[in-house]
Amino acid sequence: MAEIKLEFVAKTFGTFTAVKGVNFAVDHGSFFVILGPSGCGKTTTLRMMAGLELPTSGRILLDGEDVTALPASARDIAFVFQLFALYPHMNVRQNIGFPLRCQNYPRAEIEKAVEEAAKLLRIDHLLDRRVGGLSGGDRQRVALGRAIVRRPKAFLMDEPLGALDSEFRRLMCGELRELHDRIDATSVYITHDQLEAMAMADRIAIMNGGLIEQIGTPQEIYDRPRTMFVADFIGAPPMSFLGVHTALRRGDRTIKIDGAPVEVPELFEDRAEGPFALGVRPENVSFADSSDLRGRVIGAEYLGTTQIVTVTTASGQIKARLPSAKMVQVGETVGLKLRPDKLSLFDATSGQVLSSALYAGGKGG
Amino acid sequence: MAEISLLDVSKRFGAVGAVRELSLSIADGEFLVLLGPTGAGKTTTLRLIAGLERPDAGRVMIRGRDVTEHVPAERDVAFVFQQYSLYPHLTVYDNLAFPLRSPARRMDEGFIRRRVQQVAELLHIERKLGNRATALSGGEMQRVAIGRALVREPAVYLMDEPLSSLDAKLRAELRLELKRIQRELGTTILYVTHDQIEAMTMADRIGVMNEGRLIQLGTPRDIFERPRNAYVASRLGTPSINLIPAALLARDWLPPGAQTVGLRTEHIRISATDGPGPRARVQWVEHLGDQNHVHLNLDTHSLVTLADPAQDLKAGDQVRLEFMQPHFFDQAGDRIATDGVHA
Repeated sequence: MAEIKLEFVAKTFGTFTAVKGVNFAVDHGSFFVILGPSGCGKTTTLRMMAGLELPTSGRILLDGEDVTALPASARDIAFVFQLFALYPHMNVRQNIGFPLRCQNYPRAEIEKAVEEAAKLLRIDHLLDRRVGGLSGGDRQRVALGRAIVRRPKAFLMDEPLGALDSEFRRLMCGELRELHDRIDATSVYITHDQLEAMAMADRIAIMNGGLIEQIGTPQEIYDRPRTMFVADFIGAPPMSFLGVHTALRRGDRTIKIDGAPVEVPELFEDRAEGPFALGVRPENVSFADSSDLRGRVIGAEYLGTTQIVTVTTASGQIKARLPSAKMVQVGETVGLKLRPDKLSLFDATSGQVLSSALYAGGKGG
Repeated sequence: MAEISLLDVSKRFGAVGAVRELSLSIADGEFLVLLGPTGAGKTTTLRLIAGLERPDAGRVMIRGRDVTEHVPAERDVAFVFQQYSLYPHLTVYDNLAFPLRSPARRMDEGFIRRRVQQVAELLHIERKLGNRATALSGGEMQRVAIGRALVREPAVYLMDEPLSSLDAKLRAELRLELKRIQRELGTTILYVTHDQIEAMTMADRIGVMNEGRLIQLGTPRDIFERPRNAYVASRLGTPSINLIPAALLARDWLPPGAQTVGLRTEHIRISATDGPGPRARVQWVEHLGDQNHVHLNLDTHSLVTLADPAQDLKAGDQVRLEFMQPHFFDQAGDRIATDGVHA
């Protein structure tokens, strides 16, 4: 268990700034996910936490102690890499015990620690097997075993499930989270897969271009994205945006999109005329013949119980999640109804959300 | 008319039966998806149609012609591989024109120009025609790879997981686009994937494969709502269907012979109220934004259900379960009707 704190941490490689000053705290025992596209700085951030990179500026605190300049070996942290590098000539027992043998632990103690780790991961029946013949999942469990055998203060994981196929990844997500709870660990986990992040995290930090765009619980980030980038990165399919050019006044509860009045959460700020984007999640869109907001159906994707219908309007493309029993014809014109209390309004130039009744209640990032 | 027919086709690699007595017809203009895990025999099926593999038994027919003994070039097919194999030293234009310039086809440059332009517009890469293939993003490269197949008008396009190397967002975009293009051109596509979302959203019909066999063939709705067996039921739907041992449930509720009850996550309703029905304990709640996945323990068995984010549930809560639209499976895993006969 550990608390990890980053204060104004930045990292520059030559002329390229990978991380532009990030601040966050990972609480004792929490599962913290850093989510973002490739090149956003998430792996560099994790490597600095591990002591594999030295920050250009800023401080890293582990349980209150400044570890910024300490090498990886002096931090009580385990790092699990994307590609699980197991030693092919060793069996499972030797692979898991390796970190302890390197530190010259007594043989009996190693044996006990390995057995315990294997039991936690439910691979104790595989201890004497060669790693070569193991399934992808078991190999991943052995790699995790090597990380937990030292009982470190924290686990740092760099897309450990990236190499697995999608169904298996879902299963391992559940297992990893359960393991985290069972050993009462502090975990920091890096991924570009928003579903993994949503499924496992207590809190998510979304990074983009070396900066953190938002930190919050999965539900907060989903319901109240602070930026268009976050809104677009989270959700499958992501939030849809309708463009609108207008002036906005504090207290407004309706805006006009393409001439059609659309009810929105009460606005808390005045804005001069300019481009804005109304963000709506697919499950908050329904069809209503009476609505003045019209569009043409360009595709319907069957998903079993629900379907995703893509509609083109004069103000942009919008996706609706509808029951699959609803018959939808490609090419037909439909009226769209948006659930008023769940709409976000963004400044289309800066990408930042506007303050409204939806956002005032929630904690920001 | 059937564009492609496979008649009792089998193919072994050493001791492994990769494809076993497979019979399948693909209609003109149909988008047929073969869905299955790694090793199911999907790719081998494609390669057998393309002529890249020779069947040990059975016939392959293309447009009514027996092509079993024909080499790939004599078959009227175009293949799109998982990894876009573009010529890096050529421009997008020349990459697209390449298949039309092959000595076997010899078409005049005017026709080639029109065709390349048409396909580039369809794929929204018309402004990239002068770029080198290496100067494209991953999504653009895969569009070019698909485009290189589309410039020809073969009897069938064979596609082997063409979207799997792309990131999730791009995959979702190209899924919709590929379907649109197929519909606009009326092309026949046989598409192989292990991704159930791709299969459900694009296919006119899905063929579910496992261990070299075609387990079920039908529309996405057919396969989702009337799976032939527990295996097919578990292949479609996220999270996957709950398969509950019948012994855990009240006997009077079960048709004779039922060993397993299949319940999709959205077909288990949970409530805190008193009343009939089994009880379960909440293990943990997974927040996915638009919905929550509630993990439950029914006796010793784990279940997953959906719950509205507004529903206030926490670990340890005792809840009552109500089941809607259950599937029943017999000892062999085959689905049975509520009167105990095979569905």
